[in-house]
Amino acid sequence: MAVLLAVLPAAAVALVLALLYRPLGEYMARVFTSPRDLAVERGFYRLIGVDPASGQSWQAYLRGVLAFSAVGLLFLYLLQRLQAFLPLSLGLPPVPEGLAFSTAASFVTNTNWQSYSPEATVGHLVQFGGLAVQNFVSAAAGLAVAVALVRGLARRRSGTIGNFWVDLTRGTLRILLPISLVAAVVLIAGGVVQNLGGPTEVRTLAGATQTIPGGTAASQEAVKLLGTNGGGYFNANSAHPFENPSPWTNLFEIVLMLAIPFSLPRTFGRMVGDHRQGYAVLAAMAAIFVVSLTALTALELNGAGAAPEAAGAALEGKEQRFGVIASALFGSASTLTSTGAVNSMFDSYTALGGMVPMVNMMLGEVAPGGVGSGLYGMLVLALLAVFVGGLLVGRTPEYLGKRIGPREIKLASLYILVSPTLVLAGTALSFAVPAVRAGVEATSILNPGLHGLSEVLYAFTSASNNNGSAFAGLTADTPWFNTALGIAMLLGRFVPIVFVLALAGALAAQDKAPATGGTLPTHRPQFVGLLIGVTVVVTALTYFPVLALGPLAEGL
Amino acid sequence: MTTTSRPPVAEAPPSADPATGGRRRAFGPAQVAAALPGALRKLDPRIMYRNPVMFVVEVGAALTTAMAVAEPFFGGPEASGGSPIPAGFTWAIAGCLWLTVVFANLAESVAEGRGRAQADSLRRTRTSTAANLVVGYDPEADPSAEDTGTRPVSSADLSPGDVVAVSAGEPVPGDGDIVWGIASVDESAITGESAPVVRESGGDRSAVTGGTRVLSDRIVVRITSRPGETFVDRMIALVEGAERQKTPNEIALNILLASLSVVFVVVALTLHPIASYAGAPVSVPVLVALLVCLIPTTIGALLSAIGIAGMDRLVQHNVLAMSGRAVEAAGDVTTLLLDKTGTITHGNRRASEFVPLEGVRKPDLVSSAALASLADPTPEGTSVVELARAEGVVVDAASPGEVVPFTAQTRMSGVDLPDGTLIRKGAGSAVLAWVRETGPVGPVVRTELEDRVGRISDSGGTPLVVAVRRPSGHTAVLGVIHLKDVVKEGIAERFAQLREMGIRTVMVTGDNPLTAKAIAAEAGVDDFLAEATPEQKLALIRREQQGGGLVAMTGDGTNDAPALAQADVGVAMNTGTSAAKEAGNMVDLDSDPTKLIDVVRIGKQLLITRGALTTFSVANDIAKYFAVIPAMFAGVFPGLGALNVMGLASPASAIMSAIVFNAVIIVVLIPLALRGVRYRPLRAPQILSRNLLVYGLGGVAAPFAGIKLIDLAVSLLPGF
Repeated sequence: MAVLLAVLPAAAVALVLALLYRPLGEYMARVFTSPRDLAVERGFYRLIGVDPASGQSWQAYLRGVLAFSAVGLLFLYLLQRLQAFLPLSLGLPPVPEGLAFSTAASFVTNTNWQSYSPEATVGHLVQFGGLAVQNFVSAAAGLAVAVALVRGLARRRSGTIGNFWVDLTRGTLRILLPISLVAAVVLIAGGVVQNLGGPTEVRTLAGATQTIPGGTAASQEAVKLLGTNGGGYFNANSAHPFENPSPWTNLFEIVLMLAIPFSLPRTFGRMVGDHRQGYAVLAAMAAIFVVSLTALTALELNGAGAAPEAAGAALEGKEQRFGVIASALFGSASTLTSTGAVNSMFDSYTALGGMVPMVNMMLGEVAPGGVGSGLYGMLVLALLAVFVGGLLVGRTPEYLGKRIGPREIKLASLYILVSPTLVLAGTALSFAVPAVRAGVEATSILNPGLHGLSEVLYAFTSASNNNGSAFAGLTADTPWFNTALGIAMLLGRFVPIVFVLALAGALAAQDKAPATGGTLPTHRPQFVGLLIGVTVVVTALTYFPVLALGPLAEGL
Repeated sequence: MTTTSRPPVAEAPPSADPATGGRRRAFGPAQVAAALPGALRKLDPRIMYRNPVMFVVEVGAALTTAMAVAEPFFGGPEASGGSPIPAGFTWAIAGCLWLTVVFANLAESVAEGRGRAQADSLRRTRTSTAANLVVGYDPEADPSAEDTGTRPVSSADLSPGDVVAVSAGEPVPGDGDIVWGIASVDESAITGESAPVVRESGGDRSAVTGGTRVLSDRIVVRITSRPGETFVDRMIALVEGAERQKTPNEIALNILLASLSVVFVVVALTLHPIASYAGAPVSVPVLVALLVCLIPTTIGALLSAIGIAGMDRLVQHNVLAMSGRAVEAAGDVTTLLLDKTGTITHGNRRASEFVPLEGVRKPDLVSSAALASLADPTPEGTSVVELARAEGVVVDAASPGEVVPFTAQTRMSGVDLPDGTLIRKGAGSAVLAWVRETGPVGPVVRTELEDRVGRISDSGGTPLVVAVRRPSGHTAVLGVIHLKDVVKEGIAERFAQLREMGIRTVMVTGDNPLTAKAIAAEAGVDDFLAEATPEQKLALIRREQQGGGLVAMTGDGTNDAPALAQADVGVAMNTGTSAAKEAGNMVDLDSDPTKLIDVVRIGKQLLITRGALTTFSVANDIAKYFAVIPAMFAGVFPGLGALNVMGLASPASAIMSAIVFNAVIIVVLIPLALRGVRYRPLRAPQILSRNLLVYGLGGVAAPFAGIKLIDLAVSLLPGF
């Protein structure tokens, strides 16, 4: 019975995702391959002076991504700094420099790390005019990069990988916007607030006063999850009853997080003309997801200690209306995608349970990962798996007919290097530089000792992988963390994108080799196993020592 | 797969250095002793940096050595991760790291040493010799250069275009083509084959190689190579590995290994501050030990040895690859172009059946056919007699009558017996014309004959009609001999294997499509190109390549040169022309076209060996973590002792054991690297499963056992 209860929510989510896989995946493939433009899109292209029919080289595509993000970063930074002079600020002062930078970097990179409490920091205009806009376009940019990589695999002898401006516009207008609209309405129906009112003072029955916040929470909540953003409208994020009121909205929000990342393999399969390849990628993602979710749920259900025994379960930091099981499910979905939204506080998880979300992010967020970023991350890992597997069968490795030579391996290896380097260097620097370490120990870390180490490690893992979830307990609104995490987020997002787009260009330029009996098939369970193996081994080898010092030393 | 067990070149000269000359053992004490100086020379950082993985180890070794030297001045080794470190630990670590580097260099040196013996024996043929330069050679007036004056020059002074005369007993002074004459040539210095070969002007056997010796007759040779750039020079460079350039796949793997090393350098560097915050500061020698355990030293150490050994395996098969790239491409080949003659069939048509006409007794036909063929020296003729004997007809060894040889005019051959009986065999129309000389051929016989001839032609065979003229003058057609190309035994199975491996075979033949189709079906090739011209061959290769395929072919004629150059793997026969040898990227010294299949196998084996050792190397890390990580921190966090699943004696001995294992495994795997892993022609998924099981799972399991065993020994040391 207990097992059934544990499995039921996950099974319901899985069923909905299975039903969505084909229609949503096919729809997205059509969006990115259709030759037709909507009237509103044509107007927009004329406005920015883009010929939607012209393809871009990978360099041009990359320039588009970087320029667009740079402008977004600057705009968001200025909007925060100037909010006091703009309407709908709720009378809040300008956001301080360091925090404004960290927040701008955070939302432009689809990380949505929040070193601040939104209710006390940003007004309505920054929320829906700045943060919400980035919620859409940063997700659409990720989607565009993934589609560009898929085009690289699908095309032969081509100098172009699509047009960034077209992909960005279509991703926003045809995918994210309509689904968010529907989802927002559903959330409003579920009790999420949506208004332009300010905080309301009310007197409670007991006679005390309470401040009830208002705002455009529902519309933000929808895209926060759909775009795997995760930046909460309120500080408590999806644990807040105005963001996530009931068990069923909780499940609905989980589905929103996973819908696009889990359907993208279908888009990939459609675009490369072989659905079995899509299923293989999906299988690898799903297998990792199931194992991770099972581990987290089991560790939390079996949490030992005085408090869990008194409460009957490890309920510290979890909402009573969700319970252990739905909290673990939400936590897994949030950290295995790049969402980072929370409906429970990981800092209060058991030591080993708290390690699971961290490991989820360390895997590179590929199961299923962020909107777009999950697919391109998994495809890069697939290239590495193919390389090793191809050598083992005695052929120059090929993925979908594309030979994996020195250039491809160089780019894939560099991609894999980025995130561990940022995570480990960031964490190490926090303790290596005496002045920084003093600040970190005095101000930021809530729980000194090993748990504090986990808090810092978690922050850099979350930032470098553009997740944005926080371990809580860490006070990150300090000059060191605002700067270091901001840089980690920017590098963690855009350096890999450089490599992915270069890879897309290198692959698109290649011809396709025909598959023969000597070619390693990449659609069988065998390859799925190899792919999972490569993903896990690469992560395990990189992070094992530091995990041993943090959560493992604490938990064992 | 056949294994060609021809005596290798290196063993031909009896004076070969015993340390390197033999191929009896891939790796033994003698080889190590010979390779050691080279291995130590390679410790030079300017050479080491080319191998990023081992360079990291060398830097680590130097650092640890410096620490070991400095330690006594700072009061002995500092504790690491809360565990005491025994005296001498740093020295032991440093020693092991140096050993690791030396072992890696040793692997490469041993691999190189195997080629050096061959190079030495080749070099002996290269000594400069006297040559008779023909002054003012006139190919029209005096092609044999008998009357034109010659002057002696040194072979080192010859340049392309010079014409030399070579007489019996003289060495050929340089690579060239025979412009006049025919001679038997001893090429054993290059091929290791002692039987002399015939070389003649014109045609596809006109090339001679510098350093070979003319045994009989006199030839006039036009030199085609510059001194120092001859075929032998190139061979020497190749087998010595002097010109060895990294192949694309090797480069790609090197990049992957380098980035893994970078990741682990980052892991080790960042661990220090993190560990000190956690209250478990780690000493530098221990960090270096962790780093060296984690970076893929096993494959990093053996990678270049694998490449050299792969080339060497080809040389053992008497195939010279002009570049490593060609060997790798061989493993990727998707289409094999095989010449029908010599590769698929025995090269000559053989009698396969006697088909008598209605009313003719079969033994009559058989004995007449045999009589007519007794004096026929061609393979076809011999095969008729053999088949007749097999059918039980007694045939004398000598021809009983007067032989009528085949001429282009009569298109028949036969015998005139002493009793006046004349027997003829030949093409249908010619024999019918002969029959008509004595009287008309009846319509019944004509239709019957047409029917039998047609049936044989349709099946791809060649019909040979037999007729007899009695002393009475009566002439009658007896029947038809079915001549057909005989496909080599076992060739169909080999093609089936190739198909399993994902390689398409295309038969190339000058035969008409009908014949070609029949033979293709019998041999089991996937496709055929009939009435092939060099242009068609080239077009076929281009077509396959446009579809993304990689094509391998063999060729010997000058008209094969464009196709050889276009093919991804072009194996030129050593008997072929210089043009063909220039165009191809491999030369088969045995001139055996079937060897193409071995070449493919060796190419695949090379890649698999790399993949297998990479997988093994990375899989080893898992066990090493379980040895090193608890050892590093268990002093402060006893809970981490739970990870010490091997139950290693002490932190110091655990780290020591891991690092010793890391060094020893290189030596253990050197023979495998040199020999190559076993390759079976299976489909890709089966190969993958097998190799993942052996080298992936094996790689996870082996170090658990190995480290535990070493730990049992190390823990006996005082202090550990």
